[in-house]
Amino acid sequence: MAIEKFPVEAGHIMMFARSIGDDNQIYYDEDYAKSTECEGVVAPPTFVQASAQFDPDYFLRPKVGEPWFGSGGKPTGVVRESGGGGGGGGGGGLHAEQRYVYHRHPRVGDVLTATTRPGNKWERQSRRAGTLKFSETVTEYRDQNGELVVTATGVGVQTERPVDQG
Amino acid sequence: MALKAADLNVGDAHTERLVEDLKRTQIVQYAGASGDYNPVHTDELFTKEVAGYPTVFAHGMLTMGMTGRMLTNYVGDGRLTEYGVRFTNQVWPGDTLDATATITKVEDGLVDLDVTTVNQKGDVVLKGSAQARVD
Repeated sequence: MAIEKFPVEAGHIMMFARSIGDDNQIYYDEDYAKSTECEGVVAPPTFVQASAQFDPDYFLRPKVGEPWFGSGGKPTGVVRESGGGGGGGGGGGLHAEQRYVYHRHPRVGDVLTATTRPGNKWERQSRRAGTLKFSETVTEYRDQNGELVVTATGVGVQTERPVDQG
Repeated sequence: MALKAADLNVGDAHTERLVEDLKRTQIVQYAGASGDYNPVHTDELFTKEVAGYPTVFAHGMLTMGMTGRMLTNYVGDGRLTEYGVRFTNQVWPGDTLDATATITKVEDGLVDLDVTTVNQKGDVVLKGSAQARVD
């Protein structure tokens, strides 16, 4: 994944803050935000995840003219090659871990770029979901001056079968 | 308001209720804001019949985002230097979540925190740590 342009926008921060149930006015009111130590609207701690909106290839967003694997008239819009029904995430697996290091916090007006590199891979057996295949990705978010803003490390897991809820 | 190192002790804890009776609509709202439209979060038919789960479930990142709200309420805006978690159980519509930050170290203008979020059954759904600048 590479994102060439992730503009940090006030309306996007507002919608993101709403979705996590955060009514802190620093995300909504520019005048208030200017009066705080942050001197402006900053992003909530997990906001860079929403850079997916600006990733042209992000596979968990329906795209014009392309098949989508969610339901329409039928439970899925595509025939899955893997079959077997498991995997838990319909192609995406599950999110196992997420870590952020904040060199500073993104603010409205920043235009970030993101570059991602693969990290470690490992496997483990689970009583509830069979063989778990973990893979790590490290994403660096840099600002318009090339300075590192946030380093994000994500770990995804493909499960052999859906996680047993019993 | 930022925390003052002189007022902090190892073992001090801050707890907040993140959500009561999580609604499917909030999961939809998070999908729209984050851009993660994986159907396992919003598409009941797909989730039951293709993914093999009893119903849709929340993005791990929704739980991490709501838990982050507890952290910024505690340590102040723009103060986090690190925040990392493991997702240990899925979160389902109807769940009620409580998050706790517990101080493990105060040193050199930084506070280290253990972070845990539990559901209404007491199951841990998120476990991790954070670090923040303090005055």
